[in-house]
Amino acid sequence: MQQKKKAHLLDFERPLFELEEKLEEMRLIRNEEEGEDLASSISALEERVSDLRTSIYQNLTRWQRVLIARHPDRPYSLDHIEALTEGFVELHGDRLFGDDPAIVGGFAKFKGSRYGSKDQTVMILGHQKGRDTMSRKYRRFGMPNPEGYRKAIRLMKMAARFGKPIITLLDTPGAFPGQEAEERGQAQAIAMNLFEMARLPVPIIVVVIGEGASGGALGIGVGDRMLMLENAWYSVISPENCSAILWRSWDYKEEAARALKLTAPDLISLGIVDEVIGEPMGGAHRDPDVTFEGVGRAIASNLTELQKLSTEDLLTARINNFDSMGAFKEA
Amino acid sequence: MPWFKRKSAGIKTASSARNEVPDGQWVKCPGCSETVNRRELEKQRMVCPKCDYHFKMSSTGYFELLFDGKYELFDTNLQALDPLEFTDRKAYTDRLEAARAKTGQMDAAQAAVGEMGGHPISISAMDFSFIGGSMGSVVGEIVARSIRRGYERGMPVMVITQSGGARMMEGALSLMQMAKTSAHLTKLSEAGLPFFVLLTNPTTGGVTASFAMLGDVHIAEPGALIAFAGPRVIRETMGQDLPEGFQTSEFLKEGGFVDLIIDRRTLREEVIHLLDLLMEKDSTKTKTKRKPKKQKA
Repeated sequence: MQQKKKAHLLDFERPLFELEEKLEEMRLIRNEEEGEDLASSISALEERVSDLRTSIYQNLTRWQRVLIARHPDRPYSLDHIEALTEGFVELHGDRLFGDDPAIVGGFAKFKGSRYGSKDQTVMILGHQKGRDTMSRKYRRFGMPNPEGYRKAIRLMKMAARFGKPIITLLDTPGAFPGQEAEERGQAQAIAMNLFEMARLPVPIIVVVIGEGASGGALGIGVGDRMLMLENAWYSVISPENCSAILWRSWDYKEEAARALKLTAPDLISLGIVDEVIGEPMGGAHRDPDVTFEGVGRAIASNLTELQKLSTEDLLTARINNFDSMGAFKEA
Repeated sequence: MPWFKRKSAGIKTASSARNEVPDGQWVKCPGCSETVNRRELEKQRMVCPKCDYHFKMSSTGYFELLFDGKYELFDTNLQALDPLEFTDRKAYTDRLEAARAKTGQMDAAQAAVGEMGGHPISISAMDFSFIGGSMGSVVGEIVARSIRRGYERGMPVMVITQSGGARMMEGALSLMQMAKTSAHLTKLSEAGLPFFVLLTNPTTGGVTASFAMLGDVHIAEPGALIAFAGPRVIRETMGQDLPEGFQTSEFLKEGGFVDLIIDRRTLREEVIHLLDLLMEKDSTKTKTKRKPKKQKA
């Protein structure tokens, strides 16, 4: 598999890319000179590249996964929506204050037949980050204000009224921690979503596609199934903030990432995530189509299962699932 | 050779021990800097007789204050595990052990059932002195069960919040306690039973962003800090300077997020009055006489 050279290299990927570049050079030379003795050194180098790639990506530390989850080329919510659905109509505004570009959502036709189920209308929404300086600022780095959460719940309640299933995509470094967000009731907006989502009478599938930081993620993250991309992270706090509070320094983010057990495999063993969706080697951005295929298939199969349940069974199972989360003993 | 030797290096006072009422007969009030007699302070429900500053009160203190007399404690045997095997500068298990020794409690919340003005009520209350009142699996479970006790037995529910937020040392499991408690509140709401929240100083983070903001009636103690992102977080991450009184009870009431601000010394009768209004069984019989709103000063 030939890797396309990317502008954004993570530090720990550098040795691999240097080696890959060298390999590329040697191949060019061979093409020009048709040198026979180069063939053996090329194949040796190919082997080294392949070994190094495997050793890097199969032994990612938790912090390295956080970096992949934040990779600037990673597919964001609108990319997933475009790939998984047709005819997406984005709806805007919370009908109370304004529209928040950090959360996008609307009705669309989920291309289920392509993923082993059937095409159907869904409400699909998620946190949205920007790709360049302008759009990052516009999207507030994917950090919603209260009106974002209120728009989300407005759309989800509407979906429930029309009997349409809900898909939410989580990708946020947290709810926006600003003065105005506080004034407009950031906490109340998130709390209300947790309450309402717990009782919406339609299937809700939650997919953590990138970053899942704290209440800012959970605010659109209560559902019947929790799916998570292999290199996404989800926890009660970001590693940086955890480091700042517990270590009283910003320098312990790697230790904090390790301590928080915030990766998809960690969350499976904690009983929070139901299914990990594999990513192409190196991360979702290396081959977005493969990523979307995995996400689409996981959504389709879970949706099919959930749509067999009666509304009553669906809601009972949803509440029981959250009720069972926690680790304690009765001494 | 030194004349005396320090046995261990460093300052040993735990950070969570700050902001609490120190031992001793005289206490300096953080509100007015006056010295207050401890016995007088206790008589005033830990409210400064000079400036009405509300000192932090324990869950037991609130139970003693609110219930008619006797009450039954529940779930005192729930014990936190260490599912993440979490260690920062200190192991989570050591923090738990220290907090248990300090407070004599198993975790940062207690739940009880008793009567207020003759109305049965299920109350849970948090303790800031136990790892900052943070919510991990045990606190979430205690609050959730206290809510469930309400809808299973047909009682109103009250929660007294005092918390720095979700507990970092249990990671995503702490976060899920927000969803768990909120899910149980949908059942209470369906059962047509009221949910009262008493917000005390401080209530922040994941606790504010779940059950603390889901009450039918939000009561706050005067001058409490109530926030999602606290002032320090906003200042550090956004570099914003905040106006005076930002995120206090009074500020939240003005913003429409708190119904009532009630002095702790009249809290019991005010809550009983609300219960009389909402839980009337026999309208000819009034349970308590409501004293006029006068603060002892």
